[in-house]
Amino acid sequence: MSDNTSVATHSGDSAGRAEETALLPPVDVIEDSAGITLYADLPGVSRDGLDLQVDADTLTIEGVAAVELPESLEAKHAEITVPRYRRVFTLSRELDVENVTAELHQGVLKLRIPKAEHAQPRKIEVRG
Amino acid sequence: MAFSFLSRDMFSDLERLHRELQQAFEGGPSIRGAAPGGFPAVNVGSTPQSIELYAYVPGLEPDSIQVDLERGTLSIAGERASSLPQNGEKSVVHINQRFAGRFRRAVSLPEDIDPDGVSADYRNGVLHVSVKRRAEALPRRISVQ
Repeated sequence: MSDNTSVATHSGDSAGRAEETALLPPVDVIEDSAGITLYADLPGVSRDGLDLQVDADTLTIEGVAAVELPESLEAKHAEITVPRYRRVFTLSRELDVENVTAELHQGVLKLRIPKAEHAQPRKIEVRG
Repeated sequence: MAFSFLSRDMFSDLERLHRELQQAFEGGPSIRGAAPGGFPAVNVGSTPQSIELYAYVPGLEPDSIQVDLERGTLSIAGERASSLPQNGEKSVVHINQRFAGRFRRAVSLPEDIDPDGVSADYRNGVLHVSVKRRAEALPRRISVQ
C-alpha cells in the first residue's frame, strides 16, 4: 500500500489554476483493514476556506488560511509567510473514493477513505 | 571503498553551507531557538497600540493552551495528543509528520507593554494573543499653538 500512496509534488495542480505558492501541510496517514485515515494540519483554514477534490486517482487538499490582522500591523517575525496550503496524493484502486468523509476541527482535517468492499479482507474457507 | 567518496566531510560541508545561507538570509537565530519547522510556527507583528502574536497550533481545545506573561516574556505551552494508533491495534502508519507531545514557545516583548492588557483567542487552530502597549508609550503628535 505504501508504494501506491505516493506524495506528489505540489506543482501538480489538478484544478488547472495558476501556479500559486503554497505550504506543504504535515500529515499522518494510517491504514487499517477497512480503510485509510489521513490527518492534515491546516491552521487558519475554516470550512469555507477548504477545498477537497478527488479526480480519478488523485486527492487534492487545498486550504486558505484566513487570519484577521489589524490594519496597521507591521510584521516583526514571520514563520508562516504564505497563507495557503496544498498537498496532492495518488490514491490506489482499492479505495472507495465515493465514500470519503471529512471533518475539520480547529485547523485539523481528518479524512477517512474506506476500502471498496471487494478489497476488504475476507477469510477463505477451505473445504474438505 | 565506494563509500569513502561520500565522506562525512561532504555532509558536514552541506550542513555548514545550509547554516551559512540561513544566517545570510534570515539573520541570526533567536537565542530561544526559533528554528524553522518548530512547533508551533509563530508570527509576531506590532501596531502603534499593541503587539500581536499568532501561533499556528491546530487541533487543541482552547482551555488546554497555557499563555503566560512573565517579566516581559510571553510564552505559550501545551500538549498535543498523537493521532497514531496505540500499540496493539491492527494498523499501519504510512506517514507520520504531525507534531505530537508537549510544546513551548516564548517571545520577548518590548518594554512598553501593559501586563494587564493581554487578551487571547483561538480560532481554526490559530492562537492570537494581543498585548496592549502602555498609553504613555504611544506615539503622539503635539499640536503647535
